[in-house]
Amino acid sequence: MTQQEDTLGGAATRPPADNGAFLQVRELRVHFPTDDGVVRSVDDLSFSVARGKTLGIVGESGSGKSVTSLSIMGLHKKGTAKITGEILLDGQNLVGMAPDRVRQLRGKRMAMIFQDPLSAMHPFYTVGSQIIEAYRIHNKVTKAVARKHAIDLLDRVGIPNPKSRVDDYPHQFSGGMRQRAMIAMALSCDPDLLIADEPTTALDVTVQAQILDLIRDLQAEFNSAVVIITHDLGVVAELADDIMVMYAGRAVEYSSAADIFNSPQHPYTWGLLGSMPRLDRERTERLQPIKGTPPSLINVPEGCPFNPRCAYAGTNGDLSFTVRPEFRDVGGGHHIACHLEAQDRQRIWETEIRPKL
Amino acid sequence: MITYIIRRLFAAIVLLFVVSAVTFAIFFLMPKLVGASPETLATRYVGRAATADTVRETAERLGFYDPIYVQYWDWAKGIFVGADYSYGTGVEHCPAPCLGYSFRNNQPVFPDLMDRLPVTMSLAVGAAVLWLLGGVAVGTLSALRKGTIFDRAAMSISLAGVSLPIFFTGLLSLSIFSYGLGWTAVGGSYVPFLDNPGEWAYNLLLPWITLALLFSAQYARLTRAGMLETMNEDFIRTARAKGLTERTVVVRHGLRGALTPILTIFGLDVGLLLGGAILTESAFSLQGLGKYAIDGITNYDLPKVMGVTILAAFFVVLANLVVDLLYAVVDPRVRAK
Amino acid sequence: MSTKTETAAADRRLGEDLLVATDLQKHFPIRRGLLQRQVGAVQAVDGLTFSVKRGETLSLVGESGCGKTTTGRLLTRLIEPTGGKITLDGRDITHLSAGAMRPLRRDIQMIFQDPYGSLNPRHTVGAIIGAPFRLQKVKTEHGVKRAVQELLELVGLSPEHYNRYPHEFSGGQRQRIGIARTLALRPKVIVADEPVSALDVSIQAQVVNLMEDLQNEFDLTYVIIAHDLSVVRHVSDRVAVMYLGKIMELADRTSLYERPMHPYTVALLSAVPIPDTARRDNRERIRLSGDVPSPINPPSGCRFHTRCWKAQEVCKTTEPPLAELAPGHQAACHFPENTTKLTIDPTGSAA
Ligand SMILES: Nc1ncnc2c1ncn2[C@@H]1O[C@H](COP(=O)(O)OP(=O)(O)OP(=O)(O)O)[C@@H](O)[C@H]1O
Ligand SMILES: Nc1ncnc2c1ncn2[C@@H]1O[C@H](COP(=O)(O)OP(=O)(O)O)[C@@H](O)[C@H]1O
Ligand code: SF4
Ligand code: SF4
Ligand SMILES: [Mg+2]
Ligand SMILES: [Mg+2]
Repeated sequence: MTQQEDTLGGAATRPPADNGAFLQVRELRVHFPTDDGVVRSVDDLSFSVARGKTLGIVGESGSGKSVTSLSIMGLHKKGTAKITGEILLDGQNLVGMAPDRVRQLRGKRMAMIFQDPLSAMHPFYTVGSQIIEAYRIHNKVTKAVARKHAIDLLDRVGIPNPKSRVDDYPHQFSGGMRQRAMIAMALSCDPDLLIADEPTTALDVTVQAQILDLIRDLQAEFNSAVVIITHDLGVVAELADDIMVMYAGRAVEYSSAADIFNSPQHPYTWGLLGSMPRLDRERTERLQPIKGTPPSLINVPEGCPFNPRCAYAGTNGDLSFTVRPEFRDVGGGHHIACHLEAQDRQRIWETEIRPKL
Repeated sequence: MITYIIRRLFAAIVLLFVVSAVTFAIFFLMPKLVGASPETLATRYVGRAATADTVRETAERLGFYDPIYVQYWDWAKGIFVGADYSYGTGVEHCPAPCLGYSFRNNQPVFPDLMDRLPVTMSLAVGAAVLWLLGGVAVGTLSALRKGTIFDRAAMSISLAGVSLPIFFTGLLSLSIFSYGLGWTAVGGSYVPFLDNPGEWAYNLLLPWITLALLFSAQYARLTRAGMLETMNEDFIRTARAKGLTERTVVVRHGLRGALTPILTIFGLDVGLLLGGAILTESAFSLQGLGKYAIDGITNYDLPKVMGVTILAAFFVVLANLVVDLLYAVVDPRVRAK
Repeated sequence: MSTKTETAAADRRLGEDLLVATDLQKHFPIRRGLLQRQVGAVQAVDGLTFSVKRGETLSLVGESGCGKTTTGRLLTRLIEPTGGKITLDGRDITHLSAGAMRPLRRDIQMIFQDPYGSLNPRHTVGAIIGAPFRLQKVKTEHGVKRAVQELLELVGLSPEHYNRYPHEFSGGQRQRIGIARTLALRPKVIVADEPVSALDVSIQAQVVNLMEDLQNEFDLTYVIIAHDLSVVRHVSDRVAVMYLGKIMELADRTSLYERPMHPYTVALLSAVPIPDTARRDNRERIRLSGDVPSPINPPSGCRFHTRCWKAQEVCKTTEPPLAELAPGHQAACHFPENTTKLTIDPTGSAA
């Protein structure tokens, strides 16, 4: 059960090598040289998102989600990150592109929403002026026209009374309204790609539900490609078409959302599902945590980076400890990076994991 | 907001009262505590060969027999309603903002202060403009080029600037800008701005540079620290994510955030300097408030000292008030409070 | 009383009220103007009545700012209540002075929301966990160090961690240190403020399991403050749903999650994202609009009426009492859901 040839860019596989998708990331590596050693924050990551589709990236903190999104946006500080691989936005490679050309794409063709909307907005400028600024960089219009656009956007994202709230400062907005305003700002130039990095982590459930609804509606309207990054499997289940699970800077599993929830194949994904108490199932007596803690990205374990925490690491001799498992298609575009044989995965999922969820 | 201003004003008045009372107490009470009698005090203000009667008379005239609070009350009342001073044969009226008469030459203090204020003001304001521009520019560049040679050089020089005595920097700038480049006058004379702006600046340039060197070093360090912090804020990342040019990001988003705390210190520094830049004025023999204060101290001319102190305190308090109000203008979060 | 009889007695009394709050209130004054006169108050906690039974886990849930942390701090007497009464094991502790409270601190301990902020970065783990022994002048059999090392093992850390500093630990480990510190004095009640919200899911599950094990081992009573409804269902025996400083619904876990009566509870549950794509489209959703109103000027009548889809005129004028609508199931609503009685008397005489 190996289709190694498929990983190398065959047209048959769906996600990582979806030629023609609006955003294609290929073999992305982002390394930070530091005094303690090289931090391998992202190591050989490939994925793609088409217009109108949503990709969910899930992983624990420190797994490289934000670093990935900042790499796409070209927002790493000058000289800190060493980025290799390809990031194709509508066919143009952003890696190695002149910074000023990337800047012109930012905000216009790709936009981003951040986790903490309070600190992500400038405290000294009104919400309106921050949206107007975003619009006027890329559109040569008068202030009055831009202001009208800002009011329309605020109205569109559900801010009541946008005509007067446009002149409020961020601190006068509630957390949910700030995130709405951030979304309005990101959408001001009608971007083709929207990246949302933990857009609801700082919000209450009720407000989170509102924001997720909003993102879903807006995507239907703007038909943009959306990447939603979160540590909450529930959130991606609400929105994503495809899901990529990250661990220690690498993708460990990548498939359609339905596959990830109905027939996950990777031990780490199993672990995540087992750790989560769930409202939609009978209450389990006990949660099934993953033992240990995520590795330091300076000293990523040999072989499979998950091996110190994996209950099945010994199944294939010492393969998991010595050889890095290849990220490969195991059928129908379902990608995983694990040495387990297909029948073992099947058996473990059916007999050991699923019954306990 | 209105109650905020009123509260600040109220606090300012209380503060002025406290400062004047404390200064008064120090200068009028201290000699008493170490056992000097009113007569001993008075001997300082009469000729060397004065009789005991003259001394007593002088002590009487200067109010030294009154209890301290009465003396303070008389002095403070003078500020609001003016005072009458008897001297020799007649009685002199000193009109409303009366800060007393010099013990030495019987001149009212307030007009003297007003004569010297323009000198100090010119010095302070000119230097402030220089150091603010210089310090902020250097600090910003340093922050943006953190770790480069420019940054290290700027920070080393600014460390020197903060720690070197003003006489040294004064001499240094004298040799560079006057003797070397010939840009400035050697110093010492003051030409009022309205008489001849060119001459005014030409004569003051050297003290300005000297004073500005001292302060801009500190401002460069503060700006650098503030910029480093602000440029790491999330909102800077948002600004970049919008596609703003780096320049707009730095100026409109970075500096705007970083300069707010510097504003506070700037206000206080200018306020302090308006009360007299003692060292600079002495170094360049400018007849400003600082020089006046020095004269007062060396001659035991207490009303002079009180006058400068109260004026300086007034400026500091005023600067504080202005800074607070500016803060509310600059930072909308303060306005809400 | 010797330890043995105490345990036996504890067993006997399992299930009786250990910690009782009656009409508990905390208003934080707001001062304004020239004279700093009080112009209003943040009604952070406004009339809570509930009891915590020996050996059970009671959870407080609700949106940010609804007064959960304030309640926790009141129960542990870290702040002074504005009104109402708290009893611990039958003893009125509402207004005990800090000095009088000190011996009781052994019985009631708090775990804090932020595992980063609540440990002094300049103290070693040994000093942090050993502090309660020293403060309370407790004698330990083999010295404080041994006792601390045993605690470290108990919470799944290694005794070698004794001399390390908090910054050397991950979030989950820090939370374990916090738990070890509270366990030092073998408390009866632990009030845990969001013990797992800052942690990653896999680590969160480890800490949840640890807390369960410790509860069984030491007959602990927990008051757990949380906002994650899935975690709350997993850990609690009973759940109190709070909104703007008041309890909206209080019931045992099963009834609350299966038959929520208060519209707010229904909305909260419906907002929880479910990790199952199959449910995505056919799930019934109730979306609350807007945000929680300010606790300075809470809405009249039922505090939830500004966001409630069932609100009627009476909700704006008359506050519904927290009434027992089914055995062990209290809710404060004029038009509750999931009840055979369609409406209750809006004037509140049903209470
Ligand atoms: N010391 C204080 N002074 C004034 N108001 C306060 C104070 N402490 C808390 N509050 C207010 O009381 C209300 C309840 O706060 P509390 O911290 O109990 O909320 P919470 O339910 O724990 O929220 P979260 O989920 O965000 O932790 C809030 O409106 C808060 O702003
Ligand atoms: N500028 C940087 N220098 C060094 N290491 C970094 C830098 N930015 C991020 N990292 C490291 O990269 C890893 C991934 O970080 P991040 O993408 O932020 O994680 P998350 O998945 O929680 O978003 C972390 O170990 C983080 O410490
Ligand atoms: S490769 Fe081995 S260690 Fe890694 S996930 Fe698969 S079984 Fe576990
Ligand atoms: S009392 Fe009225 S407003 Fe309040 S929850 Fe019930 S129905 Fe809604
Ligand atoms: Mg992140
Ligand atoms: Mg709290």
